[in-house]
Amino acid sequence: MKAADFISFLLRRGVQALVVMFVISLIGFSIQGNLGDPLRELVGQSVSEAERNALRDRMGLNDPFFVQYSRFLGNAVQGDLGNSYFFKRPALDVILDKFPATFELVLAATLIIIGLSVPLGIYTAINPHSWITSIVMAVSIVGISIPVFLTAIFAIYIFSVQLGWMPSFGRGDTVELPWGWDSGFLTLDGLHHLILPSIALSSIMLPLFIRLIRGEMMEVLQSEYVRFAWAKGLSKRRIWYVHALKNTLIPVISLGGVKIGTLIAYTILTETVFQWPGMGFLFLEAVNRVDTPLIIAYIIVVGLIFVVTNTLVDLIYTLVNPTVKMVGSGS
Amino acid sequence: MKRTVYIAALAAFVAGSATLTQAKTLRMAYDADPVSLDIHEQLSGGTLQLSHMICDPLVRWNNDHGFDSRLASKWERLDDTTVRFTLRDGVKHHSGNPMTADDVIWTFNRLKNSPDFKGIFTPFKEMKKADGNAVDVVTDGPFPLVLHNATYIFPLDSKFYEGKDGRGRDKAEIVKHGDSFASTNISCTGPFTVASREQGVKVSFKRNPNYWDSNSPGNVKEIVFTPIKEAPTRVAALLSGDVDFIAPVPPTDLERVRSGDGTELVTKTGTRIITLQLNQERVAAFKDPKVRLAIVHAINNEGIVQKIMKGFGTSAAQMSPKGYLGYNDALKPRYDLAKAKALMKEAGHEAGMTVSMMCPNNRYVNDAKICEAAAAMLSKINIKVDLTTMPKAQYWPKFDERAADIMMIGWHSDTEDSANFYEFLAMTPNKDTGKGQYNSGNYSNARVDEMTMKSLKMTDDAARSKVLQDVEKILHDEAAFVPLHWQDLAWAARKGTKIEPVVNVMNFPYLGDLVME
Repeated sequence: MKAADFISFLLRRGVQALVVMFVISLIGFSIQGNLGDPLRELVGQSVSEAERNALRDRMGLNDPFFVQYSRFLGNAVQGDLGNSYFFKRPALDVILDKFPATFELVLAATLIIIGLSVPLGIYTAINPHSWITSIVMAVSIVGISIPVFLTAIFAIYIFSVQLGWMPSFGRGDTVELPWGWDSGFLTLDGLHHLILPSIALSSIMLPLFIRLIRGEMMEVLQSEYVRFAWAKGLSKRRIWYVHALKNTLIPVISLGGVKIGTLIAYTILTETVFQWPGMGFLFLEAVNRVDTPLIIAYIIVVGLIFVVTNTLVDLIYTLVNPTVKMVGSGS
Repeated sequence: MKRTVYIAALAAFVAGSATLTQAKTLRMAYDADPVSLDIHEQLSGGTLQLSHMICDPLVRWNNDHGFDSRLASKWERLDDTTVRFTLRDGVKHHSGNPMTADDVIWTFNRLKNSPDFKGIFTPFKEMKKADGNAVDVVTDGPFPLVLHNATYIFPLDSKFYEGKDGRGRDKAEIVKHGDSFASTNISCTGPFTVASREQGVKVSFKRNPNYWDSNSPGNVKEIVFTPIKEAPTRVAALLSGDVDFIAPVPPTDLERVRSGDGTELVTKTGTRIITLQLNQERVAAFKDPKVRLAIVHAINNEGIVQKIMKGFGTSAAQMSPKGYLGYNDALKPRYDLAKAKALMKEAGHEAGMTVSMMCPNNRYVNDAKICEAAAAMLSKINIKVDLTTMPKAQYWPKFDERAADIMMIGWHSDTEDSANFYEFLAMTPNKDTGKGQYNSGNYSNARVDEMTMKSLKMTDDAARSKVLQDVEKILHDEAAFVPLHWQDLAWAARKGTKIEPVVNVMNFPYLGDLVME
């Protein structure tokens, strides 16, 4: 790939990201009226309507939509997405503070997904009639149909309450790394706390990935070039793990990258059940409290994460499959 | 030099081990953590719970509906409009500043300026310094609830809030939605200080080593407070031993906690009344007391308490819970379907009607389920109910608009007094005076208005009680609203964490006095 192509690719993606975030902010802003009245969450129940209205005035909530939105945009281009009502700090700072917790949870879940789905997918494709395959497929059907929060609650009940092996909530001890990154990966207690949430989070995607890899692998095993390889007398291992696997992984990467992005959406439920102090939990709380600046900041940040993951996926895709030209690099 | 440090450390160690031999750490989880360290910012249960942990009020409620002395060592009524509070001597704030009459007056004035608290203190004209470390509270006219309101005065360290902070802002300023000095710093006299706070994640408290109340049996040296939003997770954390104390406990888990090996459950009959209001402005038929009575007779609130609340409530026929001056012993729940049908027939509505109903689904215990049950019960007298439920954030704006014919409202009296119920829920709605702010039924009765206002000028409890009970009787007889139940309160702890003596119906546990074995 040429350097010029690469730069133009990144530029296009940058512009796309800006458009996405602009649209998200507009949508977020226009639905905020339907989320409820933030004042109700800020004052006691017996406070008079006049008093509430005075406060609304001071916060600029009585201004017309257009005035409020342009004020928001004006601040947003300077990197200020407003102050969270509840945390009383810039919404972006609050979210970035919680980002490490969510990132580590998603990373752990991703590692579990990759670590299990690749071997299981391959095994079940190569041995379609084995009893292990039947079990894996049956379990994965169950796994795919149970909602994350149910899996999470069951896991807590069995492993924390009944067996007492696992902590029931929270993130445990963390270590502060440079740039304020709070990591739970570096303490035993932190890792211990990570086990249940990351398994619960991975439970929704794992069956999907096993089935995806299995399906692709079986298809590849039927293809001409694999038959030719058999005919040529190559070893089983070489055919399965080099020739077939490589081509299996190409579609898995492109679809998988997108799916890993949607894991972020599932963190909302997982984090809430485990009281995991991450962005997803923060978001649900913000919705409950009608903390509008925080809600809008969250969806903008998550929108950005989606654009970035998709860009990375496209890049990796080009590396794995040289026959594909970079999207947007021209022909 | 080194030697002195050594001796000082040794002395501190000896002193420490003598008084804190049984020092314990309490790990606790509520459903939410306090929004701010400024205890005058928001009038809410969370703020009051925090206030009782880090500060002390002048007087506080005990479990017999009376008052216990805290920072006021005694109090006496001087005349119709003046009550004198004598302050405890030798009390120090966390900063080391002595607690003085000036602090109390400063706190009082700050409360009068707080959007959330000023309503409670409207009848209080001023607070003046009196001789001998005392303050006089002057009310405009006779006022019966001076002590009730004194439970809201937690004297702050006025010197601590003097001047400007690093960013040039007034340290004493009350800021609702923004960052302020007072929202992250606090100094007062209470049993605990805030050691660290990560909002929404964890608050750590440390025992105040100079706490004035040497009679307090409390032996908790540290508190680790974690908000756990999800009820099942909160219960699991207690059952697995990750925390020692939780609240609230959801009705579905009461039995599990009660019968659990290492856990104990404490419940109390609460004071929050849950009601339905019938909007007379939207539905002409609701103007007829017969129709309203028919509805009250059609709703089996005892059944709701048994089946939906699993006994976690007390069915009601009035607003005032037992123990309040207005509680009228003669009023009993009156479910009677035959009578309800007869009343509908008498009113000429035998054929029934269709009405709309709105309820929150995350505000009160089982709120949406209660409304579904009520709607089903009303169908028996041919009232077809079109029910909508929604999260509280969306519900309150709807409630303000009076957006449905029947709306649910629960109320806890801020003053722990009956008149507060009538002021907000039963008096004729009036935008100027703010009365009847939550009376979405638009029920209006001049006598109720008059008697409620009169009761707020009476200082004789016996006579006052009569007036308040008469109001309950009128509201009952005219079916001004549909009473459902008083919601119970529940707390749970690991065995050995003696929460029973420190929890109360106001739901602000006095954790300073908590004993852990």
